[in-house]
Amino acid sequence: MLEIENLSVAIGDKPILHDVCLSVPKGETHVLFGPNGSGKTTLLMAIMGFPRYRVITGKIWFLGQDITDLPMDERARLGVGMSFQRPPAVRGVKTRDILRSLDPNAGVQNEILEVARQLSLEELIDREINHGFSGGEIKRSELLQLFAQAPRLVLLDEPESGVDLVNMALVGQMTNRLLQKDLRRTRSRSGLIITHTGHILDYVNAIRGYVMIEGKLWSEGNPLDMLDCIKRSGYKECMSCQR
Amino acid sequence: MSEVSHREREQRARAAREKRAAFGPDLDLGKYEHAVEEQGYLADLSAVPADERQTLLDTGIVLDGTRQRSATFILKDQSPIHFSTKQEDVEVLSLSQALKTHDWLDQYLWRAIEVDADKYTAHVALEHTDGYFIRSLPGARTTLPVQACLYLGHKKLAQRVHNVIIAEENSELHIITGCSSHPMSTGLHLGVSEFYVKKGARLSFTMIHNWAPGVEVRPRSAAIIEENGVFMSNYLALKPVHAIQMYPSARCVGPNARARFNSVLVALQGSRIDSGSRILLDSPGSKGEIISRTISNGGEIIARGDIQGNAVDVKGHLECRGLILGESGMIRAIPELTGRLARVDLSHEAAVGKIAEEEVEYLMSRGLTRDQATAMIVRGFLKVDIEGLPPELDKEIQKAMEESEGELF
Repeated sequence: MLEIENLSVAIGDKPILHDVCLSVPKGETHVLFGPNGSGKTTLLMAIMGFPRYRVITGKIWFLGQDITDLPMDERARLGVGMSFQRPPAVRGVKTRDILRSLDPNAGVQNEILEVARQLSLEELIDREINHGFSGGEIKRSELLQLFAQAPRLVLLDEPESGVDLVNMALVGQMTNRLLQKDLRRTRSRSGLIITHTGHILDYVNAIRGYVMIEGKLWSEGNPLDMLDCIKRSGYKECMSCQR
Repeated sequence: MSEVSHREREQRARAAREKRAAFGPDLDLGKYEHAVEEQGYLADLSAVPADERQTLLDTGIVLDGTRQRSATFILKDQSPIHFSTKQEDVEVLSLSQALKTHDWLDQYLWRAIEVDADKYTAHVALEHTDGYFIRSLPGARTTLPVQACLYLGHKKLAQRVHNVIIAEENSELHIITGCSSHPMSTGLHLGVSEFYVKKGARLSFTMIHNWAPGVEVRPRSAAIIEENGVFMSNYLALKPVHAIQMYPSARCVGPNARARFNSVLVALQGSRIDSGSRILLDSPGSKGEIISRTISNGGEIIARGDIQGNAVDVKGHLECRGLILGESGMIRAIPELTGRLARVDLSHEAAVGKIAEEEVEYLMSRGLTRDQATAMIVRGFLKVDIEGLPPELDKEIQKAMEESEGELF
């Protein structure tokens, strides 16, 4: 599904990612750990195609197509979807407007409204998007948009940050549904998730984890084991287990 | 109320014949024609030519009965060519006719607006001028709007209009006014409108301007709002025009009177719009709100706003937001607040700039193209939530907005 080859990315003139290689096959969910400022968000933004995140070398392949130079909106239409950590408020634009634009099929609209209800967002969808939303509301609203977008690859930037304990269960379960947990054999959607706390791993069946430190991927393995190791010995320990 | 004698009024107007307006480029009235052929009265609206009918439709004026209106008034050049009402408790007449019918009406002329405000008011007062008279009788309730149309067909005419609108006690009145011209006109529109909102009355006035690139526009409007009265003005100028200069005002003279101005202005290349709204909170507990959304796509806009708190426990808020879409163009927001007592609560927010790239990218990351994302943001920006407007009028406003989008992108 997603293949990243020797990717180096800069913001302006400042190199952030160095020679990153990563592969997320169809139907699998992978997790990115790493300290603040290590480049995890940069990797997701570069995969999504934000122009500010400049690819210096390397390639991004999606569904067998080289998307390294493809504009962001085309990547989205191909099936890359992202949940942002701090999305901007767009004054005058309601969440419902975006849902409508994502889902031209009116029949499906009802399903999306049902998802909105399950995410406790029925009232929120008629408010200006992200304007005055709480942390939890933002995460749920981002999830709702992803349900409407129905991407093949889901990029989640800290889906649990700012979410209280009660809502965490909701966000976790719905993320799991987005990632098609119930479709064991036919699961086709892939995921790449940034997590600090690992709370999302209580819900999501991620089969591979990576640690990013200073713009490089250092180790990879079972996400739960890695999380244990990070909790015990910190990120530095991960640098000793080379990939 | 002090009654100004005719002679004194005329003297003041004469003295102001050359008086420049406070804002906007000064116009030489000598450049225009002032006397034109009288237009005959049309009892049957199907006689209006098809091209004019379409121009009127663009400003929300419907002549074929497809949308519901409680009454209709049409003025072409200088002549009221049609007025009729379907509702007994709403009077719609030409001003000249109404002055003959009601001997008390004279005292409403030049009461909300000073006759010597500038050369344009003076000109309207000194030359024979007609216009519309719309009055909802005490207790009248209608959610169907009255439609009034002012059409400038003659190429070089300085069109004069004097309108008087009265919402009597505890009545509800909604008016939609479409102002438009022949597409090739290089004329001038001088419109004096005086609004009187009596105790407990609600008056909404929605005006859609659809002039031509050569037309100069100088409306002069003011409202006086009595106890518990509500005045709501919605103004849309979305099409090209040479220059508009206006600064309508609302004076809250009775306790708990309320005034609100919503303006949506778009200036394309070659258009200059200098538009403001002023609210005088002269009575305890009165409230005022001014909201403007402006877009420049090459044109110039000055968005003024002025709220004055002159009584205790008044509250006012002013919001000017401007978006510059093109590489050129100019928007200047000038919000002013004046408090003359301790117990006033006045606030404003103003912002001018281009569309935030971050917002465009956010929508693009959902799969919208850059153009679609920009259109969605602009549409959202222009959407002013107007409370208390009947659905029929809300639809007209949405329609006018959608039609103008084509010219922005």
